Amino acid sequence: MGFEKIIFYMFAFIAIGSATMVITVRNPVKSALYLVLTFFSVAAVWLILEAEFLAIALVLVYVGAVMVLFLFVVMMLDINLARLKEGFINYLPIGIGVAITFGVMLYTVVGSDNFGLYQVPAPEPKGADYSNTIELGLVLYTQYVFPFEVAAVILLVAIIAAIVLTLRRRPNTRYQHPDKQVSVQKKDRMRVVNMPSEERK
Amino acid sequence: MIQLSDVLTLSAIMFSLSVAGIFLNRKNVIILLMAIELMLLAVNINFIGFSHFLGDTAGQVFVFFILTVAAAEAAIGLAILVVLFRNKHTINVDELDTLKG
Repeated sequence: MGFEKIIFYMFAFIAIGSATMVITVRNPVKSALYLVLTFFSVAAVWLILEAEFLAIALVLVYVGAVMVLFLFVVMMLDINLARLKEGFINYLPIGIGVAITFGVMLYTVVGSDNFGLYQVPAPEPKGADYSNTIELGLVLYTQYVFPFEVAAVILLVAIIAAIVLTLRRRPNTRYQHPDKQVSVQKKDRMRVVNMPSEERK
Repeated sequence: MIQLSDVLTLSAIMFSLSVAGIFLNRKNVIILLMAIELMLLAVNINFIGFSHFLGDTAGQVFVFFILTVAAAEAAIGLAILVVLFRNKHTINVDELDTLKG
């Protein structure tokens, strides 16, 4: 077994183990942190598969942005953990059953009988002067430039949707009205009262 | 040498784990969203594996777009979750029955 294969199996086992922890631990904060570990080890697998740009993008976008968002929401919401875990034991047998059935079905299709080295030979390792980023950029900005712009629009829609959904006006909050402050007149604020002068006692 | 079936098996195991996660945590919307992220990740592993072994960059371009859409989905999903919690004070799926579904 080659060195590359040992590294691959190590990260694959870390990924599978932490993915199992994501779906089984009680605390959503821990679950989010295990998801971070899963993303890290999958990024390492992608590095072995010579997809360097996407491995770094996965770490930056997912671990850096999406998982921080998840952790923020998990910690902001004050949720009752006991209520949320109620059906866990009841659904455990059916969950395991479905997972095993699904996994075995998928493995019979993608196992080494159909996608082994004999059917799909391993490609030549790329040289030191090969740049995955250049390779990806060359097709992304020529052949796939329209989908790229659609992706940009999708991100814009996501930004606007997230802001619009969470924006709210509370009735009790006090706001400043700069236009009213600027346009105020002397008569609005000051009242001149006519009264007789008083004697000092 | 790594063979393609190793990569595909890793992806298959992660996908079935996330399907099991949806069954196990059907009351907690946050964990459901995390399971969906895991599913998308498993699909991405498939794309990267085929892209590597067939020598075609199109697979990696696809992963790029899936990452974009998944990030947008996570942002909107969590925003909906925050609004839901603000109005209902719960994220338990059983109590979200306003639509009588």
